Amino acid sequence: MARMAWFKKERKPRTTERVRLEIPADAWEKCDECGHIDIKERFVAALNVCPNCGYHRRISAQEYIDLLVDEGSWHELDGKLRSADPLSFENYPQRLELARQKAGPLEALRSGYARLDGMPVDLAVMDFAFMGGSMGSVVGEKIARLTRRSAEKDIPLIIVSASGGARMQEGVLSLMQMAKTSVEIARLQQEGVPFISILTNPTTGGVSASFAMQGDVILAEPGAVVGFAGPRVIKQTIGQDLPEGFQTAEFLVEHGMVDAVVPRSELRDTTARLLRHMAGRQPAEAAD
Amino acid sequence: MATHTLEFERPLLELERQIEELKRVAGETAVDVSKEIVPLERKLAELRQEIYRSLTPMQRVQVARHPKRPYTLDYLRTVFTDFVELHGDRLYRDDPAIVGGWARLDGASVMVIGHQKGRDTKENLRRNFGMAHPEGYRKALRLMRLAEKFGAPVVTLVDTPGAYPGLGAEERGQAEAIARNLLEMSGLRTPIVTAVIGEGGSGGALAVGLADRVIMLENSVYSVISPEGCAAILWKDASQRERAAEALKLTAEDLLDLGVIDEIVPEPPGGAHADPEAAAQALEESLRRHVRQLRKLKIEKLLARREEKYLSMGALSEK
Ligand SMILES: [Zn+2]
Repeated sequence: MARMAWFKKERKPRTTERVRLEIPADAWEKCDECGHIDIKERFVAALNVCPNCGYHRRISAQEYIDLLVDEGSWHELDGKLRSADPLSFENYPQRLELARQKAGPLEALRSGYARLDGMPVDLAVMDFAFMGGSMGSVVGEKIARLTRRSAEKDIPLIIVSASGGARMQEGVLSLMQMAKTSVEIARLQQEGVPFISILTNPTTGGVSASFAMQGDVILAEPGAVVGFAGPRVIKQTIGQDLPEGFQTAEFLVEHGMVDAVVPRSELRDTTARLLRHMAGRQPAEAAD
Repeated sequence: MATHTLEFERPLLELERQIEELKRVAGETAVDVSKEIVPLERKLAELRQEIYRSLTPMQRVQVARHPKRPYTLDYLRTVFTDFVELHGDRLYRDDPAIVGGWARLDGASVMVIGHQKGRDTKENLRRNFGMAHPEGYRKALRLMRLAEKFGAPVVTLVDTPGAYPGLGAEERGQAEAIARNLLEMSGLRTPIVTAVIGEGGSGGALAVGLADRVIMLENSVYSVISPEGCAAILWKDASQRERAAEALKLTAEDLLDLGVIDEIVPEPPGGAHADPEAAAQALEESLRRHVRQLRKLKIEKLLARREEKYLSMGALSEK
């Protein structure tokens, strides 16, 4: 109740610059999970986590980059890689074009190097908005190249996953990206370079069954659906509803498949602390 | 026989019946019918060849799934000798959807691991139609480690609709099990040869299929998703599977073109199920040759080539 009163008050000053720049209907948003209504800014300030129930909404690759790396330290890599259409799969070029319009030209994964709390890191972030974060040749190649870079330069690797799995339109070549990325991650492990895998909602299929589950440490955002098969496929196979909370990040921790559930607001700090442990560095206060 | 006849094999069945009938008549009346039978048998052989030469992708899928097609345990009797089956992942249980153990190829010890489908309903329930749980992939990895330890090559036979999508499988980390196998197989310090002998079903196939050489039987298929699954997603209609099978480029020939496999092993006319002996011979010849070649390589060279092989896979542009 109090919230509504406060809300009305906020809506009144229509003449301020902020309100003029925004369409009023867009000024407030509703949580998909609990129905909580709040002004958009409060969602944004909470990193798109519902202030009421803690539901983690999906955010873009750019937002994860902004969240994780030191300001101004991001350097995009391999930004010119584009998917080909190796199978001449019907409508694939059109679907790619639509995805580029919707999510930008950088495909379902962005990769680059940056600093995190002053430490050099290689970072890849998947973008679910680009064809469901599906892994085709470009995603596989970007992961492989970045991982190679990490191994050669001894720079920790961080991958933020969000994917429905392999990209059907590139057929078996998509499947082979699981092998391709694994080959490089295996080399990275041999070199003793840390790899932190961060799972966001959802991480399933060929991505969960390759690099996403190969981290030295695997973190997951609260409530993220993580699994091999998607919930719908399982439901269809077993012919019954899935238990409450099945395949959530919390479920995976309970079953020993993920190291920790980490709220978005703590992701950067937790990752930095882990890297300091694994790269043999001092805690933040003692670092230069 | 008739119960397992595929639609496109019907004309063959008709000719087979005529030949049978002639033979029966001959047996009853002592009339020499060889003059009539010989051309019919030639026609049958020709027709069989013709049908199998021009199979559509979906028909290939049907042959790959044929209930009479030789499975891993069949090849363990025909291609290999001295098989000693090993069970269990030492963590949870034995998964009968994947079988494995020591065997001999060319007289030398190898570790053979393969998916195993059932021949009847009862066996299929036990073997889960060749769809493994995490413990299946973990057993496979345990056996690969054993092979590595004792310097034996690994031969894997792929024949699965896919990794099982069920509650227990997810609980016990299906994704982790597959991911771990890929990681470990990348650096396994012994030669690995994979033969797709039937269905190469996505991640469940690749989980034992990251290898130095990958070969496919002529009528086997290998795909990121089943034609039915693809059709259901793209066109919300599983009956569009012909169209999906076409689009997915899942035949042995397609995979050779895409640079994913190294060789196609020819099958006898009518497919491996029509003449399992001949299929086994062709498979044996190919496996022997690849294992022999790989054994000659120094381990570092072998691993470097394995890495190169997979790094080169994909289709993209960079301008
Ligand atoms: Zn909420």
